Amino acid sequence: MHPAKSVIFFTTASGAGYGLGFWLILLSLTGLAPQTPLLGWAGFSLAFVLVTAGLLASTFHLGHPERAWRALSQWRTSWLSREGVAAVATYIPVGLYGAGWVFGADLSQPFWQTVGGLGAALCVITVFCTAMIYASLKPVHAWRSAVTPAAYLALAWATGAVVLTVLVRLDAGLADMRAAVDTIALFGIALSTVIKRVHWFRVTKTHGTGSAESATGLGDLGKVTLLEAPHTEANYLLKEMGFSIARQHAAALWRAAFIAGVILPFALIAVAGAMPSSLGLVLTALAALSAAIGVVVERWLFFAQAKHSVTLYYGADRA
Amino acid sequence: MTALPARELATKLGLVIDLDICVGCHACAVNCKEWNAGGHSAPLTDSDPYGADPSGVWFNRIHTFEVETEAGDSRTVHFPKSCLHCDDAPCVTVCPTGASYKRVEDGIVLVNADTCIGCKLCSWACPYGAREYDEDAGVMKKCTLCIDKIYNETLPVESRVPACVSTCPAGARSFGDLGDPNSDVSKIVAARGGYDLMPEQGCKPVNKYLPPRPRKHDPDGEGLSPVEADQAGLLARWVDRLFTR
Ligand code: SF4
Ligand code: SF4
Repeated sequence: MHPAKSVIFFTTASGAGYGLGFWLILLSLTGLAPQTPLLGWAGFSLAFVLVTAGLLASTFHLGHPERAWRALSQWRTSWLSREGVAAVATYIPVGLYGAGWVFGADLSQPFWQTVGGLGAALCVITVFCTAMIYASLKPVHAWRSAVTPAAYLALAWATGAVVLTVLVRLDAGLADMRAAVDTIALFGIALSTVIKRVHWFRVTKTHGTGSAESATGLGDLGKVTLLEAPHTEANYLLKEMGFSIARQHAAALWRAAFIAGVILPFALIAVAGAMPSSLGLVLTALAALSAAIGVVVERWLFFAQAKHSVTLYYGADRA
Repeated sequence: MTALPARELATKLGLVIDLDICVGCHACAVNCKEWNAGGHSAPLTDSDPYGADPSGVWFNRIHTFEVETEAGDSRTVHFPKSCLHCDDAPCVTVCPTGASYKRVEDGIVLVNADTCIGCKLCSWACPYGAREYDEDAGVMKKCTLCIDKIYNETLPVESRVPACVSTCPAGARSFGDLGDPNSDVSKIVAARGGYDLMPEQGCKPVNKYLPPRPRKHDPDGEGLSPVEADQAGLLARWVDRLFTR
């Protein structure tokens, strides 16, 4: 599948934003995050920027961005529509909780706990809906599995938490929560790595049940191969769904994603935990930068490696 | 709108394509483009049509496959492909706007160009590659089964079939109601073992394909039959003698 820049940016940025919002609220609800205005302002506005920039980017790839509101209407059947509805809905409780935080409301009140709980849940639901857009597509074997939502959720967890490791080093008053945030980030990175390893196995070692024979229905007569394509130049189908990447390139990018997305952030955050806060701030900022590169490469591969069943009509054997 | 019709449709208009007859001349694709460039989903935009990298929207594409038996006997099969107007059309249910829909009255799957946001998700959901995005118009396009032709009362009755069907010089394409078991198309599907493409995808396509018929002769076993000397005429015997020398 064609790896569109806008969709890669959207899914990675909004994933990190929802992850960040989720952890801020959860750590606050559990009493681990002190209600300092700095953490509230920095955390919630960064989450807002990441999510909003992502959502805006996702509308840029539409043929008619001005009609985007229509996408909120078909939530009964469409995961894309559900995602839109969930994304809009999430702004309300998360925004409210963020406002309560920075303006000094008593967040231990049941009202605020409810708002927070709802906001955290909606962050998870929105990321889940994003993943289900892909996981629900039967023609793309690589995506059609529970591994897809698991990977999106784990990566949102990890990237959101990595961003938070930087924020908790902005202020000495947040020193007490650093160990918890670091642990959450390290655990999220480890979890994502395991899940993405399963995805890699699925993409490289398994294929869908479709074949050139089932696509043409000519299997009873013998082995089917493409003799002549319908057109000499690439068309929309080939550009959009026929995108493919050489195996060795994919492997090289996979290693790059592993180094930038896993090894470096893991090591930097682990070391930062033992460092004074100013050095820790630099190390975690580097970790966040590296993780961002890693997850973008990961997302690029998520699309580029996925094979669509239409390729069976263009010479592919299995898909 | 984006939900599929809740009940089994009585009328399912569609095509039956006979792979035994198709000669791969691409006339159906060309006439499809010609009709639809001015039809319901017009225009069918082309980009760089006379340049080095032409591309454009077509509703119908003709692939050509080679099928080889284990014994090494191979045959060429021309394979036209357009939207199959599936009963369980995934392209409809994934649409976030309701622009992609399946008509209750005849089962035709269409795109509403006024509400489509051009998200392309329906083209990802179609396993067959039957939808092509129009970069220029920013909306998705697909086969309309020529709704502006098949119901067009200003045309003579025999012309009220999709453009691909009326133009096929070999008669490889039939149009009719596949929801009615007694229609001509349903009967030919039953008689010839018409089948679904990619049954594993579970889309329940309405369009059916008829398989190429088995060969009448064993291709290796028989050459030109020898002239039987005693029964052949004078000229044949003379020619036979000439060449067997
Ligand atoms: S062939 Fe593709 S576009 Fe046509 S109805 Fe079936 S799934 Fe939809
Ligand atoms: S491209 Fe248009 S018709 Fe297709 S899913 Fe998106 S809005 Fe619906």
